[in-house]
Amino acid sequence: MSGEGQRSGGHWFDDEAGPVVRPYAMTRGRTSSPGQHVLDLIAVVVTEPDAGDPEDDPTLAPEHVEIVGLCRDEPQSVAELAAGLDLPVGVVRVLIGDLVHAELVHVTRPVPPAELPDESILRDVIDGLRAL
Amino acid sequence: MVFERRAERGKPPVEPVTLKILVAGGFGVGKTTMVGAVSEIRPLRTEELLTEAGRPIDDTDGVEGKRTTTVAMDFGRITLRADLVLYLFGTPGQERFWFMWDELSEGALGAVVLADTRRLEDCFAAVDYFERRAIPFVVGVNCFEGAARYPAESVRKALDLDPDVPVLLTDARDRESVKTVLIGVVQHAMQLAAERRRALAT
Repeated sequence: MSGEGQRSGGHWFDDEAGPVVRPYAMTRGRTSSPGQHVLDLIAVVVTEPDAGDPEDDPTLAPEHVEIVGLCRDEPQSVAELAAGLDLPVGVVRVLIGDLVHAELVHVTRPVPPAELPDESILRDVIDGLRAL
Repeated sequence: MVFERRAERGKPPVEPVTLKILVAGGFGVGKTTMVGAVSEIRPLRTEELLTEAGRPIDDTDGVEGKRTTTVAMDFGRITLRADLVLYLFGTPGQERFWFMWDELSEGALGAVVLADTRRLEDCFAAVDYFERRAIPFVVGVNCFEGAARYPAESVRKALDLDPDVPVLLTDARDRESVKTVLIGVVQHAMQLAAERRRALAT
């Protein structure tokens, strides 16, 4: 992994050179959000229907605004947001925490750990896979 | 089948129930191929940054200037219904990233341990991991071209699996074959859940 960025001439280009802005600069150095336990990768982020225009809020970064926009049309999982925004999962979690705090989005939690989903849901999964 | 998850005008968007199945196994065994064979999206990659401080024993010879390492996880999505979405996560291959597995396996429906008969030992660690945590898993033997075919029972013996763990021969590139393996995971999870319920009732 570490060798990938090494070019024969010793130069780095584009993505290989690493991010221009260190990712956690977007979170102002925070690695967690207050009052927020770790969001599962498949927790779904939904923009509140009555959320105003996030661009009106000067405390929000462009990445915050992007998340609100993305999850307005189509709820997205934490993993999808991280991939879509090309940001580390940890950064996206902090940004989502900010948005939950600002009541611009809410998060639907997946099935709680150590509990299997309903048998009827499992049957639906099997039927759905068969029908693919 | 394509389901429209986008919100209709005036209606709030559907908030789907999400589930996940993990795909584990050694490096190069075909985890991402398997995810890609059934995913409706090209497998996406999420990354997490690790700081040096968190990994005191990591081997950083030759990269002395490097302060962070990236752990990548590939994942895919299957929208089974507008309100039911299954995610598949390829687990990070290297054992030193196992703390990520704990997070990934929390709330997981189950797992596929993908095995290559030429390097069966590569999946010992994954089998051990899921056994210890009582996470339902099936072993998928990826039938690579050029690799000798072994009956599933030989693989079961070599991996010292419990008799109830399903061993399925598969082709990670083939959609139908991968679907069969995933259905196997869910059926196995249901079976174990039913057994646990019975054990609690008595």
